[in-house]
Amino acid sequence: MELIGTTNIDFMGRRKLALMCSAILILVGFGSLFSRGLNWGIEFTGGTLVEVAYEAPIQIEDIRAQLEEAGLSDAVVQYFGTSRDVSIRLPVIAEEGTAEVSTRTLEALRGPFGEVLTATTDNRVQQCIRDDSGPVPCTVQMRRIEFIGPQFGEELAETGGLAMLAALALIMLYVAFRFEWKFAVGSVAALAHDVLIAIGIFSILQLEFTQQVLAALLAVIGYSLNDTIVVFDRIRENFRKVRKGTPVEIMNKSINQTLRRTLLTSVTTLLVLFALFFLGGEVIRGFALALIIGVIVGTYSSIFVASPIVLTLGLSRDDMMPIKKEGADQEKILP
Amino acid sequence: MNRYPLWKYLIMLAVVIPGLLYALPNLYGEDPGIQIAGIGSFAADQATLTQVERALSEQDIVPSRAVLDSSGIRLRFTDTETQLKAKDVVQDELKNDYTVALSLLPATPNWLSSIGGAPMYLGLDLRGGVHFLMEVDVDGAADNAEQRYVGDLRTILREAKIRYLTIRRSTGGGIGIKFRDEAQRDKGRQVIADDLVQLKLEDRDREGKPFIHATLREDAVSEIKNFALQQNMTSLRNRVDELGVAEPVVQQQGDRRIVVQLPGVQDTARAKEILGRTATLEIKLVDEEHDLQSALRGSVPAGSKLYPSRRGGQILLQNRLIYSGHNIVDAAAGRDQLNGSPVVHITLDSRGAEINQRVTGENVGKRMAVVFVEDRSETKVNAEGLPVLNEEGEVVKVRKRIEEVITAPVIREQLGKRFQIEGLDGSAEAQDLALLLRAGALAAPVDIIEERTVGPSLGRDNIEKGFRSVVIGFLLVLVFMFVYYRTFGAVAGSVLVLNLVLIVSALSLLQATLTLPGVAGIVLTVGMAVDANVLIFERIREEIRNGNSPQASIHVGYEKAFGTIFDANFTTLIAAIVLFSIGSGPVKGFAVTLSIGIITSMFTAIWGTRALINLIYGGRRLSKLAI
Repeated sequence: MELIGTTNIDFMGRRKLALMCSAILILVGFGSLFSRGLNWGIEFTGGTLVEVAYEAPIQIEDIRAQLEEAGLSDAVVQYFGTSRDVSIRLPVIAEEGTAEVSTRTLEALRGPFGEVLTATTDNRVQQCIRDDSGPVPCTVQMRRIEFIGPQFGEELAETGGLAMLAALALIMLYVAFRFEWKFAVGSVAALAHDVLIAIGIFSILQLEFTQQVLAALLAVIGYSLNDTIVVFDRIRENFRKVRKGTPVEIMNKSINQTLRRTLLTSVTTLLVLFALFFLGGEVIRGFALALIIGVIVGTYSSIFVASPIVLTLGLSRDDMMPIKKEGADQEKILP
Repeated sequence: MNRYPLWKYLIMLAVVIPGLLYALPNLYGEDPGIQIAGIGSFAADQATLTQVERALSEQDIVPSRAVLDSSGIRLRFTDTETQLKAKDVVQDELKNDYTVALSLLPATPNWLSSIGGAPMYLGLDLRGGVHFLMEVDVDGAADNAEQRYVGDLRTILREAKIRYLTIRRSTGGGIGIKFRDEAQRDKGRQVIADDLVQLKLEDRDREGKPFIHATLREDAVSEIKNFALQQNMTSLRNRVDELGVAEPVVQQQGDRRIVVQLPGVQDTARAKEILGRTATLEIKLVDEEHDLQSALRGSVPAGSKLYPSRRGGQILLQNRLIYSGHNIVDAAAGRDQLNGSPVVHITLDSRGAEINQRVTGENVGKRMAVVFVEDRSETKVNAEGLPVLNEEGEVVKVRKRIEEVITAPVIREQLGKRFQIEGLDGSAEAQDLALLLRAGALAAPVDIIEERTVGPSLGRDNIEKGFRSVVIGFLLVLVFMFVYYRTFGAVAGSVLVLNLVLIVSALSLLQATLTLPGVAGIVLTVGMAVDANVLIFERIREEIRNGNSPQASIHVGYEKAFGTIFDANFTTLIAAIVLFSIGSGPVKGFAVTLSIGIITSMFTAIWGTRALINLIYGGRRLSKLAI
């Protein structure tokens, strides 16, 4: 079966339009970043997240009141999934910027039911002692607690940003070594483009930007680069093989030749990512979403951004002629 | 054409067979069981096992399997009810000298375990439990050390009969020693340099007086910091043992942090309470020469201080520390042999015992106070209750020291290495105090800077959902590839199965922690692994379109795609490795599975499919390919 036949689209001719689209997307993203900022997850801001499951549906207002009473103000209380599952977010609390906050939160929630958790260490349903009865399954089941100290959060954001830069620098070096510096600039520009747009979308939609999202963006760098390299590889091959033809023609030809592969791989990757997004559960959803956005933007950039930049930098046939015989090297490691 | 020599197939088999073998333990599931490990000097050995088995058989409980190895004793049971009953029986039998923890034990058959087979090691987000990242206040430890040197300097100079004016800690760090004249200073410097080699000495003049500015040497500071960290690790390990958890993790991270992981623990409040406390004992003599009433009115005599008593009221104690919690080797709750009241039995180290013997011998009939000292680290707040920040914008922490006299009994006789503390409120208090004392004194306060707790129900959900998304994503890709590439697609699909098996097998063999993001990494790998095949197959189609023969097209397709695949995967590997080196906690898990996935998928997608394609098409005369 073939979904797409042999194509002959003038990608390079539309590079101005494409670059403009990208520029607008990035600018809009920047605008949102500066005006609204990112919805940082508690890993970066510091704070406490408590997720609990109730036996029966519960009113958000009741929970908020219970928390207020326990001196835990400024809590963001939300349902997630059903009206029995509640997530509670607390900023770094003044008098107790410590891990004690989650303990107090759970105590406040369990208080009205008159239940106290027993010291169980077995991996089963949490057992509580009530005023009148022995261990029974708790009405309030703790699902998840996350606490990040404020300084540690800043540190995570810093190392995250550094990692992103380190990854880009290393990749640039490798591509410069394997291809040529113009390709290195082109690929890294495309990657930066992907990351900027993805972050922009997270800002515009005010999606929570967590550590997992950061990890997903790094994976996107890997994925998008994968795409770009495949195109570059074909450009290099065609320069060496096709003796005539301008750089524009050769680039168009290369992108068209690899187009089916680029799209097919995106399809298979998106298939599994959607499976992850819909079936993987609440915890992994943000991660899957970041990857989905990244894969789509990455596919676009490997076609419309990376090569035009290389062209703009003035790639000529001379750049592509091998100094040593690279093809001969490769033959040896072939299967 | 397109035939692999036999040795290539043999190499393939040499990878695939162990791959299948080491993935196998994951199919066996888990048995309810209990784990027994010794605490401190107690070790779980053959005698313990015999003792436990006898106690169990008295209650008609027979474990389905009992294993003894270096990590302790593991008993398996057929159902959870027996497991719970057995735990109580064993706990009663072994008392507090062993941790007895409920856990799920992998039901890997013996022949597989004997070749090192084990199921994947699941992260806390998949099986539930508590993860703490704790930061040790190593700067505080260095600070304390400097404070101690002030005392040492006084003693040394006094013993050497050198006249000094003042010894004070300078505000910018370091200790300032002011002398009467140059001659005294020169003598002083000599004495200090001989005795306290860890100090760096600098001559200065201040207010016209000769002056030495002493600071801790850099290597001494880093040694102190490292010691503080190591001591905390040891204490945390002991405390974790007290919590009775199977397979706890206490690990150093960086130069000031400790990771504590407690699988299966749900009572995070109690865990925090036990882990976060910094408590020690200080033993001091009661000041009986001076009048308590006049001290209460405000005239506290020099060399003494008022302490609150747990029983209410105040007690006047001599400042001089006789010995401290550092000298305590063991503490156990028990009952007094005569009147049955709760007591804590304390054992001292040799230095502590020596001091104890001397001091109690000299002071029979007088009172000796046991002061409980607890350090808590809290964020400093202003009047509005907001955190106070320093110049760097960091939260200022204040250390609060809670001192309380637990008991001040009369020394009835000369004491030695072992003695007991009486006058406790109940056996629960005795238990708690013994636990904290046994865990040892912490050299520096620790703060929890990160907590991740996952309840068991979420852990189970995560496993189920993770597993389901892998399977569904996998099937989608499989169907897509088959529809799109037919025979070649089926080949790609079958090596994808192999790829998954190899990833699971590598994770099992390395015992790398599988987290939920790790599962996501596997899912992503499944999606990306077929990329290599798409590249190859598209090349083959291209070659066929260019009019090449099927056999030549296969050959050229693989050949030309290889370089591209290698480059593309290598760069992804770079990103994965960067992610691994900086990522924390669960994110690391993603990097691990992604890296493993890249390597295994290169193997399966290039050589695996080639081997199968060669088997199917190799050496035949073909007019058409099913691609």
